[in-house]
Amino acid sequence: MLRYTIRRLAQLVLVAFVLSVLLFGWLRLLPGGPVSALLGDRATPESRAALEAQLGLDQPIWSQYGKFLLRALSGDFGTSTGVERGSPAVQVFLTRFPATIELSLLALLLAVAVGIPLGYLAARRRGGWWDNLSITWSLVGVAVPVFFLAFLLKFVFAVQLGWLPASGRQDVGLDATRVTGFYVLDGLLTREWDAAWNALVHLALPAVALSTIPFAVIFRITRAAVLDVLDEDYVRTARAKGLSGAVIRRRHVLHNALLPVVTTVGLQTGALLAGAVLTERVFNIAGIGQAVAVGFERKDFPVLQVVILAAAMVYVLVNLLVDLSYALIDPRLRAR
Amino acid sequence: MRAPSRPHPSGIRRRAAIAGIACALVAAAAGCAESQRGEGGGEGGSLTFGAAGAPDLFDPFYASDGETFRVTRQIMEGLVGFKAGTADVEPELAESWEHTADGKAWTFHLRQGVKFHDGTDFDGSAVCANFERWYHQTGAGQNNALSYYWIENFGGFADGAQPSLYASCESPDPATATVHLTRATSKFPDLLGLPAFSMQSPAAMERYRANDVRAVGDSFTYPEYARSHPTGTGPFRFVSYDQGNAAIRLERNDEYWGEKAKLHDLTFRIIPDETTRKQELESGGIDGYDLPNAADLKSLRDAGNQVEVRDPFNIMYLGITQKNNPKLRDLRVRQALAHAVDRENLVRANLPEGAEVATQFYPDTVDGWAPDVRQYPHDPDRARQLLAEAGAADLTLTFYWPAEVTRPYMPDPQGIYNALAEDLREVGITVNAVSKPWNGGYIDDVDNARADVFLLGWTGDYNTPDNFIGTFFGTPTSRFYTAGSPWGEQLAAELRAADGEPDEAKRNGLYQEINRKLLAEYLPAVPLSHSPPAIVVGENVHGLVPSPLTAEEFAGVTVTG
Repeated sequence: MLRYTIRRLAQLVLVAFVLSVLLFGWLRLLPGGPVSALLGDRATPESRAALEAQLGLDQPIWSQYGKFLLRALSGDFGTSTGVERGSPAVQVFLTRFPATIELSLLALLLAVAVGIPLGYLAARRRGGWWDNLSITWSLVGVAVPVFFLAFLLKFVFAVQLGWLPASGRQDVGLDATRVTGFYVLDGLLTREWDAAWNALVHLALPAVALSTIPFAVIFRITRAAVLDVLDEDYVRTARAKGLSGAVIRRRHVLHNALLPVVTTVGLQTGALLAGAVLTERVFNIAGIGQAVAVGFERKDFPVLQVVILAAAMVYVLVNLLVDLSYALIDPRLRAR
Repeated sequence: MRAPSRPHPSGIRRRAAIAGIACALVAAAAGCAESQRGEGGGEGGSLTFGAAGAPDLFDPFYASDGETFRVTRQIMEGLVGFKAGTADVEPELAESWEHTADGKAWTFHLRQGVKFHDGTDFDGSAVCANFERWYHQTGAGQNNALSYYWIENFGGFADGAQPSLYASCESPDPATATVHLTRATSKFPDLLGLPAFSMQSPAAMERYRANDVRAVGDSFTYPEYARSHPTGTGPFRFVSYDQGNAAIRLERNDEYWGEKAKLHDLTFRIIPDETTRKQELESGGIDGYDLPNAADLKSLRDAGNQVEVRDPFNIMYLGITQKNNPKLRDLRVRQALAHAVDRENLVRANLPEGAEVATQFYPDTVDGWAPDVRQYPHDPDRARQLLAEAGAADLTLTFYWPAEVTRPYMPDPQGIYNALAEDLREVGITVNAVSKPWNGGYIDDVDNARADVFLLGWTGDYNTPDNFIGTFFGTPTSRFYTAGSPWGEQLAAELRAADGEPDEAKRNGLYQEINRKLLAEYLPAVPLSHSPPAIVVGENVHGLVPSPLTAEEFAGVTVTG
C-alpha cells in the first residue's frame, strides 16, 4: 500500500512536468498575447516591441520556458497581466481557489446527499411511479446545460422573486473577517454567524445549478448498482437465511453497491470544476473558473498556467484518492 | 467581532440547518436578502455600482484603463477638472492660471486649505513633487504599459533619452506653482484634467513606495501604494479592495474642501458579464452600471430605470492601411470606399439612438471642427467610377473586424461589419473577412498593418483636436501607415504646427484647414459615426450627471428608499 502510494505520487510529478511543457507551448501558440492586454487599445508597434523586449517575450520559447521553470521551482509563477494585474499569479489562484472549492464541495455534497438515497429508493421500488419520476428528473438533469439552468434559477429566485442574491460571494457591506478565504468556514471560525450564513445563502443557487449533473449521474449509477446487487446470489442467500431487511440492506446491498458510486463521485469532481467555469460566470463568483475565462480573454499566461496546472493536479489527486479508497472499501484490492 | 443575530425567525433557520436542502435555504434567505437592501448610511445613502472589469491598480499615473480611472476619479483631483456633463476644462485644485505669451510657462494659483486624505497639505510644493515624480520615472516606470499618458502627452523623462514637453516646476509660495514647458502646446492645461495627472499625496507616495514598479516575468508588479493606499484630495477616500469578493469600497471624505459628498459610501462591484450586471440591477444587488447592451435599453427603461445617454465624444472609423495594398495609396480608391459606405443606413440600423453620421474625425463640440469639409454621400455609381478610373475595378480587400468585444463607439462589431461589407461588395469590391478576438490577435494585426481595412475608433480624453487627429495621424508609421503616401510626413508636420500654436484663434483656424485637407486631399481613413454610450441607474438614484468623457463623478449623487 505504501509503495503503491509512493509510485503514484512520483507519477504525479511527471504528469505536472509534461503538462507544464504542453500548457506553456499551447498558450503561446494562441493568437495575441499579454502585450495587448498590458498596453491597452492605444498601443503602437514601437511600444509593443519595447515591452516584448523588456519582458523577454521576444526570446525563443524554450528559453522562456527554462526561465519559467526555474522561477516556478522557487514558487514564483509570474505576475498576472490581466485577471488581477500586478498580483502574483499564485496569489490570484489562492484568493480564488477557495471560492471554487466551496462551491464545488457544496454542489457535490448536494449531489451525493440527494443522489444516493434517491437512487437507492428508486432501485428498491423499481418500476413504480417514484422510480419513473426520478429517472425522468435525472434525464432532464443531464440534458439541461448548467449554464442555462444557472441562468433560469437566477432569473426566477433572484431577479423575479428576490429571495436569494443574484451574484457574488457575500454582501459587500458585511466587512467579514477573512481567515482561510473559505467564506462559510471563516464565518464559523470567527463566530460571525451572519457572515457564514450570508456566504451560504450566496452559494445556494450556484450550488444547486452546479449539482444537477453530478446528482443525475450519481443517482443513476447508484440505482443501477443497487439493482445489480439486489439480483446477486449472496443477497438471495442472505434473504433465505432469514436475515432482516435492514441488515441485508446495510451489510450486503449498500456496502457492495458503493464501489462504483465512489468512482463516479471522484470522476464527477473533475466535471464539477469544468461546470464551475460557467456557473461562476453566471453568478459572478470570483473563483478560478472566472479567472480562466478572463485569463483567456486577456491572455494572462501566468494565471492560466497556475490555475490550469493546479486544477489538473487536483483532478489527478482526486483520482489517486479514489483509487486508495477502493482499497479501503474492497479488502481484495488491499491484499494485492 | 461577534455579529448581531439575524432578523429572520430562528425556527426557519433551524429547519434549514437540519434539512439542508435548497428549498429551505430559499425560504429562509428571503428575509435576509430583504434586510440587506434596506440598509443605508448617511443622508445620501449608499451606492453600489457595477463595473465591467477589475481596475488594474489605484495609482492613476500608472494606469490607462477606464475601470481604474472610474475609481480614482472619486478619490483624487487634478489642477484642472472637467465641467460636469461636458468635456470643457474648469478650475479644480487650481483656482486660476495664466501663461506667458510664448505658452511655455504656466502659473497656477492654488486653492487654499485643501488637505490630502492623510492629513498633509496640498500646496505648491506638492504640485511640483507630483510633476517631478512623473518626470523622474526610471526603469519599468518609463514603459508605455505603465506611463502611457505621460509618454503620450509629455514625451520623455528626465534621463533625456526622448525630448519632453516638461521642463521644470517651481513653487515660490504655498499658493502658487509654475510649470515650465519646452514648447507651447494646445493640450495645456486641458491634459492636466486627465485622471493620470491627479494630485497625490507626496507623503503617502513616499511612505508606501509609490514608484517601486518592476518588470517581473511576463508582467509588472506594483507597490503597496498602488494596491491599497491611493491618497488624494477628493470627496471620497479609499477603504478597501476585496479581491475575493470583487468589490472596491470608498467612504465619504468628511474633511473635503468643497461641497461634501452626499453619499455615505460608494462601492464598486466588479461584474464582467454584461447580462449579469443587468440582472444584478433588476434584483437590487447594484444601483447602476455602465456599458449596458444597446438591445437592453428599452427593457431597462420599461422596468423604471434611468438610462442616461451621454453626448457622443467618440469616433468610429473604417481604418485603411496603405502599407500592403498599393491600390489603397490612390486617393480615388479611398474616396471610392467613402462613397460606397452608406453611413446614414449604418447609423439608423446598427447604432443606438442618438448616434450621428461623422463628417470628420471628431465630434463638432471639439475646437477646430470645420463645417465645410468635403462630403462623401452614399453613391455606389460614383464609387464604381472612381475605382475604374484608378484601375482598381477588381479591388480585393482584407477586412478586419473584432470578435467577442464591444466598444462604446462600436456596440455591435459584427453587425457593423456585415453592413459595411455588403456596401463594399455592391460596388464590386471583393471582401475577405478576418475576425479575431480583441486581445486574441485583432489589435496586434491591425497595429502591424496586416489588414487592408479595419474597424476601430476612439473615445476622446479631453477636448482638443490633437487628442483625436494628432493621436491618429501624428505618426506616419502608425496603423494607417500614411507614410505610404507622399503627404504622410506633411500631415504629421501640419499637426505638430497646429498643436504648437499658442494663439487659440489661429490654432483653431489651422485645425479647420487640416480637417478640410484630411477629408478632401488625404482621406487616410473613412470617418463613420459618433455613438453615445449609455449608463444606467435605478429609479431611486438621483443627481448622476452623464459625462461625454465617461467620467461620471458620484459625489453629487443620492440614493433614496
